[in-house]
Amino acid sequence: MKQPIMRTNRLNLWYGETHALKDVTLDMPEHQITALIGPSGCGKSTFLKTLDRMNELIPSVRIQGEVLYRGKNIFDAQMDVTSLRRYVGMVFQKPNPFPMSIYDNIAYGPRTHGIRGKGELDALVERSLRNAAIWDEVKDRLKKSALSLSGGQQQRICIARALAVEPDVLLMDEATSALDPISTSKIEDLMADLKQSYTIVIVTHNMQQAARVSDRCAFFLHGELVESNGTEQMFSMPKDKRTEDYITGRFG
Amino acid sequence: MDHEFVRGAGKKLPHQTIHAVGRQAASIGQTVRPKRLLRESLEHTMSTVFFLCGFLAVACVLFISIYLILSGLPAIWEIGVRDFLFGDTWDGQGRKFGILPFLLTSVAGTGGAVLIGVPVGVLTAIFLSKMANPRTVTVLRAAVSLLAGIPSVVYGLVGMVVLVPAIQRLFSLPSGANLLSAVVVLAIMILPSIINVSETALRAVPKEYEEASLALGATYTETVFRVSLPAARSGVATAIVLGVGRAIGEAMAIIMVSGNVPNLPASPFTPVQFLTTAIASEMNYAAFGSLWRQALFSIGLVLFLFIVMINVILNTFIKHKRER
Repeated sequence: MKQPIMRTNRLNLWYGETHALKDVTLDMPEHQITALIGPSGCGKSTFLKTLDRMNELIPSVRIQGEVLYRGKNIFDAQMDVTSLRRYVGMVFQKPNPFPMSIYDNIAYGPRTHGIRGKGELDALVERSLRNAAIWDEVKDRLKKSALSLSGGQQQRICIARALAVEPDVLLMDEATSALDPISTSKIEDLMADLKQSYTIVIVTHNMQQAARVSDRCAFFLHGELVESNGTEQMFSMPKDKRTEDYITGRFG
Repeated sequence: MDHEFVRGAGKKLPHQTIHAVGRQAASIGQTVRPKRLLRESLEHTMSTVFFLCGFLAVACVLFISIYLILSGLPAIWEIGVRDFLFGDTWDGQGRKFGILPFLLTSVAGTGGAVLIGVPVGVLTAIFLSKMANPRTVTVLRAAVSLLAGIPSVVYGLVGMVVLVPAIQRLFSLPSGANLLSAVVVLAIMILPSIINVSETALRAVPKEYEEASLALGATYTETVFRVSLPAARSGVATAIVLGVGRAIGEAMAIIMVSGNVPNLPASPFTPVQFLTTAIASEMNYAAFGSLWRQALFSIGLVLFLFIVMINVILNTFIKHKRER
């Protein structure tokens, strides 16, 4: 196994009184796709949102334990949350491009981090759109509103927007669940390309997707990490009875 | 909105309902026929009532417009359009009727009020919708609605007793009743509508936009100014239009603080008269049938056209922005 770029250590999380994550310890190795699977409400999305501290937007959240990004605890007082989020990017379930032009969407992150030069931005926008496999579809209408695109295109714009700040880790929260099968397969192909340069963590409800794209799988149930292993091992010989029941479709 | 009302009343909807009812009644049998007739005539009556209500609003607007044009045009004709609009001296008794001082004062006063009121109002709306805790929001909202409910004459009164002397002392002027006082009063008066409309628009911005921005490493303040506010811009623009409309039409509050002299608004400390306050303060002195009195009606016409024009311009501007 490769060196983990992110790891959690006995991570506990509460929403008010609800104990949503229980003692989760998980390694996410570099340049691999880690898929978080499990039934609705099992805590996998919560876990993902903890990795870039997006959970903190909810007032009643309480967190215990460690999340290490390249060996540093992201909850440390010295950790600047905005720079953490620059290195750990996120793509959401529902495509959410800003109501601006395609160009401004992609340039938003770089501008936020102080890149102002037009030449530099142009190059960055093109590279990000190419990396997100959507350059050819939009190169002639960069000034058009991103909301004029189809759902699948919008989601790739969101991926390009996340890539434009040159992150290290990309978190994808059911990024294909709102899309049609063709768009989904495009994004799955894209993930396979992206893992050459990025580390990816995805949440998915779709067992086939997890089996197709991920290198490692982590099965969550009722806030507990039941089992994590290489995807092939996990799907061919799950260690835990509950994992077996879930991946063979007996519940969830 | 009025137009839509009339169009709605003109639609075939009530008749369609009647047909459906008719078919049902026929299938049940002939015995329900009288009841059906009653219902049908009731439907007709009601749709007529709705139509008349809608027509009433349109009729009022039409009546006012026609009346203003008829009573405003003769004086403009007699004085001459150029002398009337661009003459810089107004003296009712001396038969000099140039309204340029009023026009420029109204523009300057409204512009100044917008310049102060919009930033304060929009920032308050941002605070209310994005940053304040629920208890602060309750208190602040109550205060804002109270501000909206204060009659304009009270604004004028407080302005006259508190603001005018304060400005006189602050800038050591012979009198504090001037353009600046009027601008400050107007700015405060337009705050409630700007705050309320902008707040609603800002609250309607999807949370997903803000999450996306935060996830890219933007701070909360950056997110608000670079994502939320642009996303809410058509609502904020509507708020500005409302503010302009209110400021330019206001008379009572500013008549008491602006000094009431038909000067060109040369500086913030010039005592001035607005289009509105000129009409309000001189109507009682101008004799029936005199050119003076007719000219005051002409000012009313100019004010009316001015407001229509501003609305049209701002609305097309907003629409254009939205379509882009």
